[in-house]
Amino acid sequence: MTEKDINLAISASPHTHSGASVRGIMLTVIIALAPALLWGFRLFGWPAIVLTATCVAACVAAEALSRRLMKRKLGIGDGSAVVTGLLLAMCLPPALPLFMAVIGAVVAIVVAKQVFGGLGYNPFNPALVGRVFLTISFPFAMIQWTAPDAPPTDDTHAVTAATPLAAWETEWSGQEETAGFFEEYPWVDLFFGNQAGSFGEVSSLLLMLGGLFLLWRRCIHWQVPVFYLGSVTIIALILYGIDPHRYLPPFYHLFSGGLMLGAWFMATDMVTSPVTARGMMIFGCGCGVLTMIIRVWGGYPEGVSFAILLMNAAVPLINRYTRPRVFGTRQS
Amino acid sequence: MKTRAAPYRCAGGLHPVYHKSLTAAAATIPLELPSTLVISLAQHLGAPARPLVKKNETVGRGQPLAEPAGFISAWIHAPTSGKIKAIDEQWTAAGRRATVITMESDGEDRWADGYPQPPLPADADRKQQIDRVAAAGIVGMGGAGFPTHVKLSPPPEKAIDTLIINGAECEPYLTADQRMMVEDADRLRQGIDRIRRLLGTPAVRIAIEDNKPDAVKAIQQALSSLDGDVEVMVLPSAYPQGAEKQLIYSVTGREVPSGGLPMDVGTLVENVGTTLAVADALDSGLPLTERVMTATGDALSQPANLRVRIGTPFDKIIEHCGGTKTPPAKVVCGGPMMGTALPSLAAGVCKTTSGLLLMPQDTVHFFESMACIRCGRCVNYCPMRLMPCTLSEGGEAEDDELLEEYRILDCIECGSCAYVCPAHRPMVQHMKNSKARIALIRRERELTKQRTS
Amino acid sequence: MLPLIVPLAIITSTAVIGLTGLGCGLLLAMAARFLAVREDERIEALTECLPGINCGACGMAGCGDYARAIIEDDAPVNLCKPGGEETLKAICAYLGIEAQAGEREVALVCCGGHNGLAKHQATYNGIADCIAAERIGGDGKACPFGCMGLGSCARICPVNAIEITEQRLAAVHPALCIGCGACVKACPRNLIGMVPESRKVHILCRSTDRGPVVRKYCEVGCIGCNRCVKAVGKKGITMDGALAVVDYTVPIEDVSVAETCPQSTIVVRDGRKENAS
Repeated sequence: MTEKDINLAISASPHTHSGASVRGIMLTVIIALAPALLWGFRLFGWPAIVLTATCVAACVAAEALSRRLMKRKLGIGDGSAVVTGLLLAMCLPPALPLFMAVIGAVVAIVVAKQVFGGLGYNPFNPALVGRVFLTISFPFAMIQWTAPDAPPTDDTHAVTAATPLAAWETEWSGQEETAGFFEEYPWVDLFFGNQAGSFGEVSSLLLMLGGLFLLWRRCIHWQVPVFYLGSVTIIALILYGIDPHRYLPPFYHLFSGGLMLGAWFMATDMVTSPVTARGMMIFGCGCGVLTMIIRVWGGYPEGVSFAILLMNAAVPLINRYTRPRVFGTRQS
Repeated sequence: MKTRAAPYRCAGGLHPVYHKSLTAAAATIPLELPSTLVISLAQHLGAPARPLVKKNETVGRGQPLAEPAGFISAWIHAPTSGKIKAIDEQWTAAGRRATVITMESDGEDRWADGYPQPPLPADADRKQQIDRVAAAGIVGMGGAGFPTHVKLSPPPEKAIDTLIINGAECEPYLTADQRMMVEDADRLRQGIDRIRRLLGTPAVRIAIEDNKPDAVKAIQQALSSLDGDVEVMVLPSAYPQGAEKQLIYSVTGREVPSGGLPMDVGTLVENVGTTLAVADALDSGLPLTERVMTATGDALSQPANLRVRIGTPFDKIIEHCGGTKTPPAKVVCGGPMMGTALPSLAAGVCKTTSGLLLMPQDTVHFFESMACIRCGRCVNYCPMRLMPCTLSEGGEAEDDELLEEYRILDCIECGSCAYVCPAHRPMVQHMKNSKARIALIRRERELTKQRTS
Repeated sequence: MLPLIVPLAIITSTAVIGLTGLGCGLLLAMAARFLAVREDERIEALTECLPGINCGACGMAGCGDYARAIIEDDAPVNLCKPGGEETLKAICAYLGIEAQAGEREVALVCCGGHNGLAKHQATYNGIADCIAAERIGGDGKACPFGCMGLGSCARICPVNAIEITEQRLAAVHPALCIGCGACVKACPRNLIGMVPESRKVHILCRSTDRGPVVRKYCEVGCIGCNRCVKAVGKKGITMDGALAVVDYTVPIEDVSVAETCPQSTIVVRDGRKENAS
């Protein structure tokens, strides 16, 4: 072998890699979302499927277009736009008019992500920004929940129903007799996913399975979901202990609304959550406390999206103050 | 003598694919004498050595070719007998240019006058023994190349109470230390005993990762005759377990202070190869002219553990190992985690060369880096508990204040962060670059301070 | 009643905010007047004479800092390279001293070995920055002295006068160069020099390797054959080991010396003409 036949590669160490990639992580997230997504499709039928397709297509198109306009490399191959599209669709009411979904997707990708410089630079979770934008812009359309047992073909005027959280806040909270609520919304339905709501958020069980899959694939850190769900449980338990007629039991807080999707898939979004272990714990607790404050005392029946976005804003600060103690700097 | 698991766990801890089975069971073969040797004068930490020979001069094996140029520097000896062909600048195994002596072997391998030197008895004067270690040109053979005689003479206020023999060998692919422990355990015992006496009989801990049970067994047997506080510490296999600071922590629970040396916490770490070299120098009077290394990789036909002369050109080693199976796309001097990628194969083995790794095209990781997605994996895996993601971004922005605040100079460049990074960022290059710049700034600051005061 | 309330509310809020703004403005104006730091007016005047691009070529933090240094620390008045003669005259006129102008200097990249001429022994994969690449042994170019073309000089240039050509070689546009010398410091291989603008003969190589070694890796590298030195009679070109070096203190009138170079390392360029065009 002579020197002439070879052209060696040089780079800094290490010369080997774990094989992890951004695309791989996004693919894992998509796989983890799949069970809850498919369950949503089964429950709400074509409207949900069309909504999802619209969101994903709009996100990818918005990403490609904005990157082109900004003369950046086309970055849709990393799959992050697909994930944003899926997450956005999953936290929307299944019967939402499609033009609204498109607006939400464009806001999510262009305003919340590309304007800041693209994946990695966005301070807020894009899908949540999209959802919150829609909640504020179209407050009525965003609470038109389809009843889960409505026939899937009945697409024009689906039977609407209240979500458990909304029903509790408007009708049952503070009543003398609350047994009727628990009859109308049995916990089994909440847990397995037979409730009204954003179509990807209904089945707590499947979302949790997806979350555990992410944990197993090491795509998320355990601190965020554990501390998020933990703080919600503790606060709900305390409130329930104080006045069971005014406040929902912890179980209902955990398994209704967007908490499962939020705790496992949104709050754990890498770009917008802290990088330090202690930071993730603080972040999770903050999300939990804010969620409960908004749910119990706020104007909206559900507060997961606002809570996570507010905590997103605190992430740089959290990172800064939870730096690990560097090896060799022990105070003696 | 006891054997037990290391009592402490250091932060981080990767589990890369080790690929050690390629050579773990292969007995060390002495490589035939090459016709040409290229001997770098920058084989150690500190100032490159000053050449003592001229072109066309005839030298014998063991004859000093270059003398130390400063306190932190080392002697370099002729690896065999022959004629000096050239003294010029060339690429070295360290991946940079340095003065290199090219010599042609005469095939006789004749020792120079007075070499090998007479052995020094164990009760010889301490200073005499340390001078012999210095004169033998021994430097840390694990990779850093710190002159051993400097380590062996700590200032009197820093008493060494624990001597750690580093047999962790946490780098994937490399098996040279493992083979030395299996094959040369008795000589290793002599070396340990020698170093121990020089330091005033501290406790001895031999640290070996649990993926080398054969080495643990061989060491247990050989060291059973050694009295005093001697223990074999079995470490869990995790990268970078063999890094000096991490090893000291795993074995003793002591943290080497930031910017400090192992002697600051009363410990001294010697690599297996270095310990053997000390035994050779004191018991047999041999200067450091050869070492054991692993030639391996999926592009090499017959991976092997080799005993080679310092200065053996890498293409010679490849030839001896049956050539290449597939054309190598990257050749690494050292292990895959911390080794240096070589631009050409003309360079020769250094005292610190623990391995030669030939990687075929499909295993070479060509990356196109993306923006950091803040997954936090690097923070999780950093054995120094730094925040590599922040440091790499700070390095890109040349934000020196931030880099110092986040303690970039504590980075040991182990590469754990780059290994796990899903955005494929060249973290270690960022670190090296920023560290060098910050070190420069600090030096300038120091100078201006001296001038003004 | 209702239509009346609305305008009233608007008027009230406008008035409150307007008055608050007015009050703050007054406060600021007073602060500017009473808390102002009195600066030597000469410094201000000198700052006006300087170009104001804060390039740092003089070694100070910026133009204002340089002006302060002239007044307070007796710094030399001819340090402003971008300003050149004009600035020097202005400063001297203000200070009432005589001006001695030197010739304008521009940066020159002393390497002609672009990708088609110089051999690459390895492929570099890493940060696109010369300094970073040099720290791990270069960018794979076989010549250890050659331009890596990763653009550290181009990025530091305050006026974008350096271009990285498609063949990965840095090239200075003399017309745009302000002579600040930032690139000279940035190049990890010390390839950039400052040369008087009027000089035409340049040796585009800094390899000190011996001829046979240079030949192996570059078609336009200096092989140290000594022919150019003989041709100019040692006036203007000298040998530094195996490298011919232009001595810019001695102007070379006869540009035909370039033809003696067997490697075409010597080039003839008219910086002034390039400026004019």
